[in-house]
Amino acid sequence: MAGVRGLGLLSRLTVRQRYSLFTDASRRNFSVTSSLMARTHVNYEIKGDVAVIRINDPTSKVNTLSVHMQKEMTEIMDEIWANNAITSAVLISSKPGCFIAGADINMIQACKSTEEVTNLSQEGQKMFEKIEKSPKPVIAAINGSCLGGGLELAIACQYRVATKNKKTVLGTPEVLLGLLPGAGGTQRLPKMIGLPGAFDMMLTGRNIRSDKAKKMGLVHQLVDTLGPGLKSPEERTIEYLEEIAVDCARGIVNKKIPLAKEKSMMQKIQDYIMSYPFVRNQIYSTVQKKVMKQTKGLYPAPLKIIECVKAGMEQGLDAGYLAESQNFGKLAMTSESRALIGLYHGQVACKKNRFGVPKKDVKTLAILGAGLMGAGIAQVSVDKGINTILKDTTLEGLNRGQQQVYKGLNDKTKKKSITSFERDSTLSSLTGQLDYSGFQKADMVIEAVFEDIAIKHKVLREVEAVTSPECIFASNTSALPIKDIAAASTRPEKVVGMHYFSPVDKMQLLEIITTDKTSKDTTASAVAVGLKQGKIIIVVGDGPGFYTTRCLAPMLAEAVRVLQEGVDPKKLDSLTTGFGFPVGAATLADEVGIDVAAHVAEDLGKAFGSRFGGGDPELLKTMVEKGFKGRKSGKGCYLYQPGLKHKDVNPELEEILELYKMTPNPAVSSDSDVQYRLVSRFVNEAVLCLQEGILANPVEGDIGAVFGLGFPPCLGGPFRFVDTFGADKLVEKMRRFEEVYGNQFTPCSLLLDHAKDPSKKFHK
Amino acid sequence: ALKPLGKTLSKPGVRNVVLVEGVRTPFLQAGTTYADLMAHDLARGALQGLLNRTAFPKEAVDYIVYGTVIQEVKTSNVAREAALGAGFSDKTPAHTVTMACISSNQAMTTAVGLVASGQCDAVVAGGVEFMSDVPIRHSRKMRKMMLSLNRARTLGARLSLLGSLRLSHLVPELPAVSEFSTAEMMGHSADRLAAAFGISRLDQDEFALRSHVLAKKAQDEGLLTDIVDFKVPGKDIVSKDNGIRPSTMEQMSKLKPAFIKPHGTVTAANSSYLTDGASAVLIMSEEKALAMGYKPKAYLRDFVYVSQDPKDQLLLGPTYAIPKVLERSGLTLADIDAFEFHEAFAGQVLANLTAMESDWFAQNCMGRKAKVGAPPMEKFNLWGGSLSLGHPFAATGCRLVTMVAHRLKKEGGQYGLVAACAAGGQGHAMLVEACPQ
Repeated sequence: MAGVRGLGLLSRLTVRQRYSLFTDASRRNFSVTSSLMARTHVNYEIKGDVAVIRINDPTSKVNTLSVHMQKEMTEIMDEIWANNAITSAVLISSKPGCFIAGADINMIQACKSTEEVTNLSQEGQKMFEKIEKSPKPVIAAINGSCLGGGLELAIACQYRVATKNKKTVLGTPEVLLGLLPGAGGTQRLPKMIGLPGAFDMMLTGRNIRSDKAKKMGLVHQLVDTLGPGLKSPEERTIEYLEEIAVDCARGIVNKKIPLAKEKSMMQKIQDYIMSYPFVRNQIYSTVQKKVMKQTKGLYPAPLKIIECVKAGMEQGLDAGYLAESQNFGKLAMTSESRALIGLYHGQVACKKNRFGVPKKDVKTLAILGAGLMGAGIAQVSVDKGINTILKDTTLEGLNRGQQQVYKGLNDKTKKKSITSFERDSTLSSLTGQLDYSGFQKADMVIEAVFEDIAIKHKVLREVEAVTSPECIFASNTSALPIKDIAAASTRPEKVVGMHYFSPVDKMQLLEIITTDKTSKDTTASAVAVGLKQGKIIIVVGDGPGFYTTRCLAPMLAEAVRVLQEGVDPKKLDSLTTGFGFPVGAATLADEVGIDVAAHVAEDLGKAFGSRFGGGDPELLKTMVEKGFKGRKSGKGCYLYQPGLKHKDVNPELEEILELYKMTPNPAVSSDSDVQYRLVSRFVNEAVLCLQEGILANPVEGDIGAVFGLGFPPCLGGPFRFVDTFGADKLVEKMRRFEEVYGNQFTPCSLLLDHAKDPSKKFHK
Repeated sequence: ALKPLGKTLSKPGVRNVVLVEGVRTPFLQAGTTYADLMAHDLARGALQGLLNRTAFPKEAVDYIVYGTVIQEVKTSNVAREAALGAGFSDKTPAHTVTMACISSNQAMTTAVGLVASGQCDAVVAGGVEFMSDVPIRHSRKMRKMMLSLNRARTLGARLSLLGSLRLSHLVPELPAVSEFSTAEMMGHSADRLAAAFGISRLDQDEFALRSHVLAKKAQDEGLLTDIVDFKVPGKDIVSKDNGIRPSTMEQMSKLKPAFIKPHGTVTAANSSYLTDGASAVLIMSEEKALAMGYKPKAYLRDFVYVSQDPKDQLLLGPTYAIPKVLERSGLTLADIDAFEFHEAFAGQVLANLTAMESDWFAQNCMGRKAKVGAPPMEKFNLWGGSLSLGHPFAATGCRLVTMVAHRLKKEGGQYGLVAACAAGGQGHAMLVEACPQ
């Protein structure tokens, strides 16, 4: 699978490891009457006239705003307000790397009704409003992630000090979970940083680093991180942050630090312009249009966020709070939010190594083939400090590959996420070469050579001749069964499949394929390397097309048929994106490469027979013959002109389509039918993979489909989709298509089981 | 009462290397009386001063090694230019070394190596720094255009190159003030270091004041005998350092932090300042020195160079170097009679002293079983230091070694210890042993 590009919104559903989670194991029962016990989550110490409130959830690596924590916090605030000796307070986390990572998702998920969630929101709003109006200044001292409810708490405080740590990020990621900032965030943020900035934060959910946050006016002061002194750097940095925050608290009380900031000229101008309702309305409608364009109206949360901000700005705070809490309640009950939260949980699960710790750490990795994939794998490896050998057979190929790695890192330098020095020192762990020298030190070899079993066998034999017996051989193939590749191996227990997605540095998924002979330690090693490279990992069984390619192939076959039936590529794209796919089917085919698609269609067609039929495979072959190989050749379904973003349909495609024209059956050709024809084949194949044991569980199936193939995130993946949509309804549709097209639409038996018994769900 | 002499640190089979004499020009704040000179002028002053004071026959100098940090591009081998200008023999080879603030330490230890290995008998080492004028370059774009212009053959080609001139070409490039690897200014790093060790602003100001008070006292008592007068053409003869200015704690406390604002602790008053100056020493084998009738001041014994993380431990060189050099010579901290540390920032010196007193730091950062301990203040930098005397980067090393030799003589001590930190996260320490009187 050579390329699924630009998964828009999906790509943002990323590295949020720290976002608010209690695993079941860590959720111990603390139902003991807490009034008799010392507080467990929040404590405070009085330093002279300043109360230092320390947050530390003993049951988790991160702090989350749970019911328990909120209760203790409220008690403490009441004590502080009642204590005349205290003039101000500092709010700080004792955990290195986390201030407060958000509200407890499980707390929201446990709610049964809209009203319950609305109540939660209102309690949060009230508590934060009390802090905002506190007569004694409260200073938030932020080190580590300050997200969601954590950010809402921080911006309710009078003053914010944050460390310059890379881990210190501020953000409102609620939208990525189909929710909105429900504790006053939609009301305070626009006033603090202006409408455009607030919309940007809340609608993208992106993390903002502390230096940027300072520029935006989100924090008042930055504190440097410290190295080792008389304590560990983490410990001392938190202590230092606390010292500075305490000084700030006193400064505010003594009026040495003004709370009202001198506004810059630009800000004054912006405020002046924003004072016109006309301008604000213009912004609301522009943002609304942009959201509609990007989400096709499939995601309710962004629209609700706009609604809440508007209510607060135009009708006053009370209306704003009310809109916020009610919409928060409504959103929490939507299937979209459940789907996104499901993906979040799945992603966390797929960032763990369920195969245990490998016996040997992979310190030296060798990659064969410096093409797009090989170089991409090299880039994500050196980026994480793995010594990497990149081998190609020609100097030109090697040069191109090394340039790709350099460019990938240099782009980061341009974006200032790393310095040029870091770029250079990262690159120092890459060795480019044309021979096998040094391979005896390699702990793992990943081949990314041409997809031809003979070539794969040749390099496998060459590698095994020069590497140690412990060395793992991983094949980056998108469709060739691993057991066929391993047939040439003298140590098949060391052979595994590692299917990366292109572009490797952007796509988060890694599909690892094990054969019957692959040892558990080999699998554990492959997962460990993938995790180090920052990937989300699914581990699947061996077979033609494994999981991802196998699901995509029938959908693409259907897409070809739809084209043959006279739907033009643009319409096909809008039907698929309208269903929630980030990339339309025709564009996807171009990105993957028509030649690759033809190749895969032929291989899988042979393996699976008529079930993989649909469109005429000859159509793809004809396109390839004419040189329409997709984006890479400049022509495919569309025309690609360098420098032009807009793309037109390839006029010559029409002539080919004319040759392969089929007559659509009006009974199954409405827009909605076309959408379900495409999706049901995808979903049925996914369920079949679970039925056949290619997939270990539905979670990995959902994650693989969403992160590898761009299955609509709002549907949460094929399995979540079946649960939500109803297996019976899906089967009913498929039966209708089956009548017209035959066995390509025959539901698999597992899907039928679910259709018969509505209590059967893939996700509990 | 003098304590009984300890064992000598001489090693069997290794030649004894001695410091015969050490001199320096007065250290002046950048932009003052030396402002119109060039680096090699100051270097000449120091080298000539050394020749004059020792009356050493020029032909007997086997080699010259000289340090510099910010290079004047016209005299990139400033050692050779200055030596020729100072009237040394044109038959004496000379090379220039650079290692940030320990450049002249590097020059001296290079000389020690040459003598100890028998390659040379008499080597002159030293260093110069001239901060009144630093090379400011055209921008890279402008340089590229000018170089292409050189190669352009036709008038048309030249004109088209000139036509590509943009305003942005004219923005000059200053010498880097921050670490290349971390892009952090040294003062910023020093401030973080002080914070990491919990060194307060008050402690730093007090230490800086101590440095100035002690330097003033040494100046007034005429102890700074390493200074040779320097005649500035068209101006006066300079014979005193001009940066020694004892202030009051109250005045110092008024200054705002210079790097980390608003809560930092490093200020202009508790940091070393930009300084012009040069130094030179004569290093010989003991037998040759004695044969030529000289009375050497001290033996130059074990030395080490260390390096560590340039981000969080940029200025902790002494902490890492001292335990190593003590181990090499079989001494403990208590054996040392005189300490001379380079004072880059008061906070940095105090952070080093705190680190050396910390078992946690020794165990967790240095992989040692226990702390080595910190030098007692009554033996520490008693004649002032870089904070007060000034810090011409590449000249400081020789100043430290000469000063510790002079102090050993004056105080009757046997062992002296020199330590310094340097940009790049490097450090140095050297043991100096007094010669029998």
